[in-house]
Amino acid sequence: MVDPVVLSRAQFALTIIVHIVFPVLSMGLAPFLVYFTWKEIRTHEPVYEQLRRFWARVFAISFVTGTVTGIVLEFEFGTNWSEFSRAAGAVIAGPLATEGMMAFFLEAVFLGVFLFGRDRVSDRTYFASAFLTGLGSWLSATWILIVNSWMQHPRGYQLVTRNGETVITLTDPIAAYANPRFFWEFVHMQNSAVLSVALLIAGIAAYYVWTGRATAFWERSLKSALAVMVVSAPFQVIHGDAYARHIANTQPEKFAAMEAVWETARYVPEYIIAFPTTFSQILDPRAKELVGIGIPGMASWLASGGNPNAPITGLSEFANVGTPPIAVVFWSFRIMVALGFWFIVLAFWGGYRWRTGELLEDRLLHKALMASSVLGFVAVEFGWMVAEIGRQPWIIQGVMKTSEAVSPDLSGSDALLTFAGFAVGYLGLLVLVVYVLVRLIRRGPPTVRDGPDRNPGDQGVPTDD
Amino acid sequence: MIESVLSLDSAPLFGLPLEAVWFVVLFFFLAMFLFLDGFDFGIGALFATRNDDEDRNQLLAAVGPFWDGNEVWLVVFGGAMFAAFPAVYANLFSRNYLLLFALLFALGLRGLAPEFYEQREDRGWRRAWGWAFVVGSVAAPFTLGMFAANWLLGSTRLVTIPGVVVGLAVVALTIVEGSGFLVLKTRGELRTEMRRYGTRAAVAYLALVVVTLGWLLVMTPRLRDALLAPLPLALVVLTVLLVVGVIAAHRREADVAAFCASGGLAFGLVALVATLLYPTIDPAADLTVGAAVVPLLSLNLMTIMAGVLLPIILGYFVVLYSVFSGPIEPEETY
Repeated sequence: MVDPVVLSRAQFALTIIVHIVFPVLSMGLAPFLVYFTWKEIRTHEPVYEQLRRFWARVFAISFVTGTVTGIVLEFEFGTNWSEFSRAAGAVIAGPLATEGMMAFFLEAVFLGVFLFGRDRVSDRTYFASAFLTGLGSWLSATWILIVNSWMQHPRGYQLVTRNGETVITLTDPIAAYANPRFFWEFVHMQNSAVLSVALLIAGIAAYYVWTGRATAFWERSLKSALAVMVVSAPFQVIHGDAYARHIANTQPEKFAAMEAVWETARYVPEYIIAFPTTFSQILDPRAKELVGIGIPGMASWLASGGNPNAPITGLSEFANVGTPPIAVVFWSFRIMVALGFWFIVLAFWGGYRWRTGELLEDRLLHKALMASSVLGFVAVEFGWMVAEIGRQPWIIQGVMKTSEAVSPDLSGSDALLTFAGFAVGYLGLLVLVVYVLVRLIRRGPPTVRDGPDRNPGDQGVPTDD
Repeated sequence: MIESVLSLDSAPLFGLPLEAVWFVVLFFFLAMFLFLDGFDFGIGALFATRNDDEDRNQLLAAVGPFWDGNEVWLVVFGGAMFAAFPAVYANLFSRNYLLLFALLFALGLRGLAPEFYEQREDRGWRRAWGWAFVVGSVAAPFTLGMFAANWLLGSTRLVTIPGVVVGLAVVALTIVEGSGFLVLKTRGELRTEMRRYGTRAAVAYLALVVVTLGWLLVMTPRLRDALLAPLPLALVVLTVLLVVGVIAAHRREADVAAFCASGGLAFGLVALVATLLYPTIDPAADLTVGAAVVPLLSLNLMTIMAGVLLPIILGYFVVLYSVFSGPIEPEETY
């Protein structure tokens, strides 16, 4: 029978890879929805009501799917990772419970008012419901990332023996929860969510422009999205660079895996583009043997914050505790970074066309935006793989290994059954959600009272029912 | 502030040791879930009795603004158990592995189905998602009841006879609650029928509770003694009185009273489970509340968080239910 540890890892990976799409969508949409609601109430322009109603539908689907897939994750700590829960509960469960009490209630309750209450509450209360829904989704990320940052960089704890078991006790809440890693993760995550949603909105708007249906609604959407991209895309890369330095200091194994540095060396180059020469080097990249364009000394310079001759500790030094799967980490990191630079190109390209007044004419830009509409989410997925696979074999860096965290009595057949269930169920769910979203996008924005720009989607665009 | 938290000894709150307070808080979260999401499940089950599109829309509109907020009580129940009693969380959830995933699957189906239901208007699509809604809404309380029975009995087997009976009892209870909520949200013929379903479900619930108690008295010596103590007996009497109350209220068309009595039944059931457990919290592992609780610093932090946040949360629910009070308006949809 298959190993329950392997299956539990695969199941957790699958459930989180699917789940993360929806919080990113919700968190990224939140500031847009707050802005649209604000403008709707202040200006009474129908286009803002359309924008608010259209994106609120997307938010609703995202929230429901995020809830359904997120509860699974909470329960999986107990079902599949009971040793981890038992050992680390005193440190990590408090923030998780607080997420429920402080953030999830806020988001869920006020989303009810936001989605169903437009005609039942005053403008002021309605705006508050939009704001509180968005605040809830951002606070959720806060508490989840407090837990994650502690697992990446554990502080403020002690190992003690209790009832004959070694457990982790909290000794210094400030050190544990106001963890320096948290601030890096939070800024990187939230900015990526906003950027991902801006790319999505820009891509959908570009589709309407490209097909010759550029109404005020879509033009406004495109411009809002581009404005956000121009700020968030460069910021993501600049911030990411400083974040990598923090990782080099606190998780040298992960940094070495990101750069595939095997032997400790000085003056290590940063490969902007890397080609493996043989198939085996795709699966086992070693920076020294790759062909590509590298900036000499750059990786050392990045890791040390300005010294091109600084040493980088190689992976071979960590071999006694096991190293992460290098290939996944190395290539995921490169894909994420490459996408980050591509988003800057897109943002400046679009910004330039906006300035020259040719935003609606540049067909190539529209195609590029359409092709890139979901790439923000792709970058988030690869970024998470770098963060989570890069710290293996540890579930808590330097404290507990993932293989020691799994439920001891879990049988291979039970684990296989649930894993198969998730594989089928989540695949079906993804297909359905994409189907529903594509339908929503093809139908376009809702018609509103006194709307000056009637959407052609309400008159003649074929829909499939 | 933090310094004083660090120096606190196991400070009793309201004369109770802190671990007992958290035991109560834990079951309060569970009771809130069974009370609030319970009527959502009941509405889902009653969806099967409606063929008419207009009736079905009324039922969905009744659930629409509430279900996601209600379901969060389950999330904080899990979170609080993890935070205050991590060993119990680890034991119970890994021991009931397949049951927990069945519950999660049911909750997923129940949550997603109305969202997909309203995306298309054609018959086949709506029929399929309508059934998904019904199945999820019935399976969720059923598996929850089985989980509660396994917990209380310390069972290491997945499916047991009392588990199935309690599962059915919880399903009946949610239908009592769902119809209790719907009589407040609907009008006319639909409301009259909901009163009838509420009455029948209340009778079924009482019967299933009697069967369960009979089983406990005869088959489980440990629980027989626990059951014959004053507090559990009082809760049993209360349950009988509330069932009679639900039936009488439906007969007299006292709709608010019927709904309140159905909520009381949810609290009564959870309180009965809690009193039968205490001071044990995980009978299968022979763990008491005192042995299972987290170290004091973590518990103190959680107590402060919960003490600040719980009143605020209850405030949200007052806002939510007052915004959407009264019967469904004809133009309201999911």
